[in-house]
Amino acid sequence: MYSNSRKLNFGLAINEAIRQMMEADDTVFLMGQGVKSPWYVGNTCNGLIQQFGEERVIDTPVSENAITGAAVGASIAGMKAIVVHPRVDFVLYAFDPIINQAANWHYMNGGKSSVPVVFWLIVNRGGEQAAQHSQALHSMFAHVPGLKVVAPSTPYDAKGLLVSSIMDENPVVFIDDRWLYNSQDEVPQEMYQIPIGKGIIRNEGTALTLVSFSYMAIESQKAVDDLKQQGIDVEFIDLRTIKPLDTELIFNSVKKTGKLVIADGSWKTGSVAGEISALVAEHCFQYLKAPIKRVCLPDVPAPASSSLESVYYKTKDDIIKTIKEIL
Amino acid sequence: MTYSKDFLENLYRMMLRIRICEESLVDPILKREIHCPVHLYSGQEAVATGVGAALEQKDYIFGNHRSHGHYLAKGGDMPAMIAEIYGKENGCSRGRGGSMHLISPENGVLGIVPIVSGTISLALGAALSIKIKKEDKVTVSFFGDGATGEGVLYESLNFAALKKLPIIFACENNLYSTHLPINEIRTNRTIFNIANPFEIETYRVDGNDVLKVYETAKKAVEHCRNGMGPVFIEFLTYRFRGHVGPDDNVQGSHTDIRPKDEIESWLKRDPLILFKSYLMENNISTEDKLTLIEQSVETEVNAANDFARNSPKPLKEDLCEYVFK
Repeated sequence: MYSNSRKLNFGLAINEAIRQMMEADDTVFLMGQGVKSPWYVGNTCNGLIQQFGEERVIDTPVSENAITGAAVGASIAGMKAIVVHPRVDFVLYAFDPIINQAANWHYMNGGKSSVPVVFWLIVNRGGEQAAQHSQALHSMFAHVPGLKVVAPSTPYDAKGLLVSSIMDENPVVFIDDRWLYNSQDEVPQEMYQIPIGKGIIRNEGTALTLVSFSYMAIESQKAVDDLKQQGIDVEFIDLRTIKPLDTELIFNSVKKTGKLVIADGSWKTGSVAGEISALVAEHCFQYLKAPIKRVCLPDVPAPASSSLESVYYKTKDDIIKTIKEIL
Repeated sequence: MTYSKDFLENLYRMMLRIRICEESLVDPILKREIHCPVHLYSGQEAVATGVGAALEQKDYIFGNHRSHGHYLAKGGDMPAMIAEIYGKENGCSRGRGGSMHLISPENGVLGIVPIVSGTISLALGAALSIKIKKEDKVTVSFFGDGATGEGVLYESLNFAALKKLPIIFACENNLYSTHLPINEIRTNRTIFNIANPFEIETYRVDGNDVLKVYETAKKAVEHCRNGMGPVFIEFLTYRFRGHVGPDDNVQGSHTDIRPKDEIESWLKRDPLILFKSYLMENNISTEDKLTLIEQSVETEVNAANDFARNSPKPLKEDLCEYVFK
């Protein structure tokens, strides 16, 4: 389909999406804390200030509430803002503009005004960073009507989903994970979109359906590869978007396999994994041959010490163990 | 400054439109024809009117829970506003917003919400968009004295000053933050100087004197249009009704808040009475002319209420419309 693909890492795929959208559309701009500094945003903002100037690539004071609100306000007034929070934990200061304002805006104004803003949030965990630098908060955003939430796992998806997020006329939470940033993938040079709300089957199989997204999709793929060696064919769905969920893809797979495991990189209670479990129980109950299982973080804040981190974060081994419990 | 008779009479007309419109809601609220929370603007008309007159249609405003006056003074349609307050489909927000969510994008009324300070950062962003697009526009952020308790105000003052954004921070100090008098929320009753540490141009004016409001707002608008950055204005005013609904929150009643003599002293400084006296004492308008204006406004307000009452409610099957564009 694309003739000019080449290997690109996750950060540079994001960089290319932003650059191409800023070239294509004068109303697109980027703001947030640390866009001048690789220490905050890695290579994602390479060359953007040089190309577009400090009026459209704005490094900001540490004022998450006002800066996020300004991104929302600028988008109400005809811009398409991308506001980055290099650590998602700090975005808790900005729940008012994201939830009270942006998410509700189109509805509470009777469809007379919309907010084409992208909240780009980076989950930043491990490395003994402890409870306030490690939280994966995607489920909280997925709870709110009026927000779309995308969570790519590959450089190809990161570019295509970020382009779609910027083009979308609604507020989109684009949430990714620092652990993905060194991954490499074939990425086409031209601009392309991946539709929001559509998942993808990464591996076809009949033994069981495994659903995941974002970094846990990487661990899931490893688990799928290992199980394949053992002669077990798991159907693996990478959701790409967690709101709206691609329920058709999930339901069709569960109807085929009768078994479901969900790997979600956040806490178990109130998780996306919990929502998928409920939906499948509601819509596919008669097809289920085993209890639905979830691989999630325990309901515990992120610890600092690496000895605790090693059991806190879930890996392919936890996924394989959980799959084998219901095979 | 000298003004044309038309200009001055239009200021009077706008203040009357707001007052008579607001007071026309009291009866339907008491009769439970209107259900949503309504925060009446009566008493503060000179602020919205004076600021509105200093703006052009292309300029932006953002408001708060008490923003009927801001919406009307910026050119918002009265029947659409009253229909919205009645929860009707042809309200300005199609009955999805109510009194606290008015909008009129074609007139620059970009957003009105009741989260205290919630629109300050949105106005900041609209001002940022003006600067990025190099437009000749100004944004006004209306908020009350209660908003000075929210951190986002100070974050926004800093960023606006840092980027020299064309934004006017319009603080209507009506001395009450919902139920709390100002001396229970701040150590100092003076507000305008909170912007001084950010090196923002500041003013404090009598918010019941529509010409003083207009002149200050005009200076602020020119300051912004000339690329000189933000302006902070504190308007000293008073709400004639209580925080929400027609209740006047007088001491001794069940909403035991405001001293009777305080209310009475402010009623003597009613911005409409003050301006009417000005027009007559300076031989600008006759009593007959002002009565004619009042009659025409009453006709307009009655028609707007009839429109609202006779409008349909949203259809139940449309509950899930408008979540996304």
